[in-house]
Amino acid sequence: MSSLAKRKPPSLVMLSTVFVLFWLVVAAFPFLWTMWGSFKVEGDFFSRADWMNAITGPVTQRQHGSAFTLAGYEGAWIQQEFWRSVVNTAIVTLFVVIISLTLGTLGGYALARSGFKYTFWLLMAALVFRAMPHVTLVSGYLLPFFQLNIWGFLPTTIIVLVAINQPFTLWMLHSFFLSIPKDLDEAAMVDGCTRFQAFRLAIIPVMWPGVITTGLFSFLLAYNDFTVTSMLLTQENATMIPKINSFLGSTQEEGKVMYAVAAVVSAIVPLFALILFFQRQIVSGLTAGAVKG
Amino acid sequence: MNFKLKSTVAAGVLLATAGGAWADCGIESGSVRILSNDFAALHAVAEWAEKCASATVEVTKNQTEEHKNVQVPALTTNPASYTVAVVATNSIVPLLNDDLIRPLDEYVAKWGDQLLDSQKIVVDGKIMAIAFMANAQHLQYREDILSANGIAVPTSYEDMFAAAEMLREAGVMETPISSNFMPGWNLAAEFVNMYLGTGNDFFEPGSAKLAIDNADGLLVLENMKRMVDYMSADWVTYDSNSTKPVWEAGEVALTIAWGSRAGAMIDESGPAPDIAKATSFAAAPTIGDNTIPSAALWWDGFTIAKNISDEDAEASFRAMMNGLSPEMMAENLDAAVWLIDGYEPTKAASGVIADLQAGARPYPMLPYMGLLHTALGDNLAEFLQGKESAEQALADVTAAYTTAATEAGFLN
Amino acid sequence: MPHKTFMAFIWPSLLAMILFIALPILSVGYQSLFIEHEQILIETETCGPFGCTAEVSVDSAAMADLRAEKPAGRYNGLGTYTNASHLAFDEITEIFATSDNFTEIRTRIMNLPFYKALIFTLAYTFIVTPLVIILGFIIALVVNSIPRFLKGPVIFFSLLPMIVTPLVGSLVLFWMIDSRGIIGAALQALFSDPSLSLKASPALTWVTLFVYGVWHSAPFAFVVFYAGLQTVPQDTLESAMVDGASRWERVRFVTIPYLMPLATFIALMQLMDNFRVFEPIIGFSAAASATSLSYLIYNDLRAAESPLFGSAAATSMLTIIGVIILLLPVLRRNWREFNRKT
Repeated sequence: MSSLAKRKPPSLVMLSTVFVLFWLVVAAFPFLWTMWGSFKVEGDFFSRADWMNAITGPVTQRQHGSAFTLAGYEGAWIQQEFWRSVVNTAIVTLFVVIISLTLGTLGGYALARSGFKYTFWLLMAALVFRAMPHVTLVSGYLLPFFQLNIWGFLPTTIIVLVAINQPFTLWMLHSFFLSIPKDLDEAAMVDGCTRFQAFRLAIIPVMWPGVITTGLFSFLLAYNDFTVTSMLLTQENATMIPKINSFLGSTQEEGKVMYAVAAVVSAIVPLFALILFFQRQIVSGLTAGAVKG
Repeated sequence: MNFKLKSTVAAGVLLATAGGAWADCGIESGSVRILSNDFAALHAVAEWAEKCASATVEVTKNQTEEHKNVQVPALTTNPASYTVAVVATNSIVPLLNDDLIRPLDEYVAKWGDQLLDSQKIVVDGKIMAIAFMANAQHLQYREDILSANGIAVPTSYEDMFAAAEMLREAGVMETPISSNFMPGWNLAAEFVNMYLGTGNDFFEPGSAKLAIDNADGLLVLENMKRMVDYMSADWVTYDSNSTKPVWEAGEVALTIAWGSRAGAMIDESGPAPDIAKATSFAAAPTIGDNTIPSAALWWDGFTIAKNISDEDAEASFRAMMNGLSPEMMAENLDAAVWLIDGYEPTKAASGVIADLQAGARPYPMLPYMGLLHTALGDNLAEFLQGKESAEQALADVTAAYTTAATEAGFLN
Repeated sequence: MPHKTFMAFIWPSLLAMILFIALPILSVGYQSLFIEHEQILIETETCGPFGCTAEVSVDSAAMADLRAEKPAGRYNGLGTYTNASHLAFDEITEIFATSDNFTEIRTRIMNLPFYKALIFTLAYTFIVTPLVIILGFIIALVVNSIPRFLKGPVIFFSLLPMIVTPLVGSLVLFWMIDSRGIIGAALQALFSDPSLSLKASPALTWVTLFVYGVWHSAPFAFVVFYAGLQTVPQDTLESAMVDGASRWERVRFVTIPYLMPLATFIALMQLMDNFRVFEPIIGFSAAASATSLSYLIYNDLRAAESPLFGSAAATSMLTIIGVIILLLPVLRRNWREFNRKT
């Protein structure tokens, strides 16, 4: 690869450098702006007089005596107990990822190894399931959940998120298992293993790249979800995104908007760490998995 | 109008000192579970209701923006997931339609001494809800700018347009007016306000048949179009949250705004202290030759679920009585226009009180009003953007409403 | 794999999907065929803080009896699908019968809520999807050619738009594109037009939504393509070079065909997601100029005090049918491939 790169004409190098820089600015700018602004007060970050105020912070200076303030973070984390939602989010995402992947690996493996026609139709049905707008699904859940007295609890939300995400998980993992040579587990079965033993001994050790990529997408779904969590959780069980929305409230109160901005930044930071940590696996997992489409 | 503001002012100060023992609301046992919307005044009420919690009395709350979507399924089950649903003029309707809340007469007789008659929402002879705060839109204006240009506070839309024209010609402001014109719920609320101001009714008496396709409907639409002429082109995104910074930047001198937001507008510790100081409120303007302020009056109140034990219902009512206590109000005087006995209006309440005194009409508590509200919200923007005629807009509203009302079983 | 083993592996996943997606779809489909019972109205006196009025209310006891008898409501067949808020058959017939020319037909059809939403939904789907694929591909190509030590941070920043929550969209981006916000002000300066407002004009609102859609989804395409690029067979590339193929020709005749299956995968997921576009419309307060099918559903379920379940159900079913039609070409290709394999 490096040999190819070296032989590039300078004009192309220039062009691609400019393009990368441009893309980075476009991709990252809103976040850097938000992060910078989270240390200001509302009057600056959302200033109509001059957007430069969000950078220099004259109102912050006047109200807090310095151009930076931790008021937003203090309000969100201490006064509004944002950490509770962080804990809830941690529980929800952890279990959604684990359960999604467990169900998805088993199902995806079966779909990849069974040659019957119904596997095709099952995959197609999964696609149709994915087409259903979530708003409709959630509104339909409310009454039965209240009747069964399971509304408002974290486990209910976890199961719903797992189920809603199952079509995508199945598709990704199915195509990933297709890329693992059949000989691997069939050889194990010739040696006298049952299908499940073959799966456990031959497949599990080599499936991690695909599973990690799929896991990342499950994680993002559970982490970012608003439609399901806002409707199915009570106030004390709220995850981060509905909590942030409640800072905005049905009517915004002065100052509380900045709690939301600070909380948004707080919510993105763990994702930074996560993506940095899993970057290599994400890419290698996709390489191995999705190529077969 | 049996609004008892004046008569109750005197009693207030006395009551404010009467309280004392918070934790003891006299409830022996029971479970109180409150579902409500999520804003400051309701936080205060729920917090004071929570003070009734004890070893034998459980008080929980769920204050969320989604309360409207959750309340019907939550109260349908037996036992209901919540014992108290805090509602407003419009959101009580689905609870009444589905028979999910219980009459409160018995509890009012036993423990409701503190309540004024005007707080009792009576439907078909039975008290179905207890109102505790009022809200309406009012005219919010910049005292300094109006007086510097020799303009009197507008009382009618004609005055308002004349004032806006003067400010524009004098080069003070290009777009002196703002209002919550974002399509959807907000825009529909403005139409409702003005149409109520014409004195006309939305429906043919006693039926769900729409009756806005008339001269008054056209008058309202023309009036809205004239408003838009004096508003920034961004009016399509204006709701209460996005108009506030516009006001604070001093770009607007006259706005039709919600009374509940008035406190924040005159808060001098906000981002624009000079403008906050110069902000005042008056009754919403009148439309055409009419004399009624163009503002719908709203109330917020609480209801008690039907599908719960009598013990819980009793505990809930008594806890809510503590939630509406004069002490609560004394602590949160600025949070709302309270309907509670002893309320003394503050400056932030002056616009809503002016609406009330000038005879503004309440938002219709009709089972099919919500359908009309949605239809209005979806179909007026194109007319205001100049893409279709007023007649066409009214025809679109009628078509959308008729389809929805047919599906909901109100029309055939 | 025998049927029994297959079932043993797949049943948990299948059960979750049947319980939480398939059954709801069936019940939504069933519900879309019914409308509410005829409401029994009574005139009562209603009193409140603002005085007493004679108002109409629903006789809830009588309605409860009706519902106990027939819980689903009145059977309406496909009536909800064809009414004025959905496919509007009668209105369309009338429009064709009474309009003078094509322009009039078009304007009048565009005035029907369902078709208005459908046009935007389709425009969004067919503009955003290819742009996402193209932009994602270019970013992947370029990132693949930068020095190794820079790749990590660049990939990391490139993923940021994908993890944007709808709230950041509605809160921060919406403010930034305001005519007084940094992006809005920069655009005004760029086009030297002080009255330019991305929020006001319908055309610019559409463009804003498209740009946001591409920005939000491009990282997904980028990651998938970038991963695929790592597996492009180097010997094929090198032999192409030996044959004298230019840089562009190598991309055109080796890389692109090799990545085609990936492009299909992205297209499949993006077509579906874009057809259900909803959050940006709420986030950017764009409903005046742009509505989508999912927005109509949201409007039926959440905007009104009493949700219109039948109407929302019908729109949902139409959305599913729309997605199936969009995916038919891809499905046919997969079917042929599946048959070849087995």
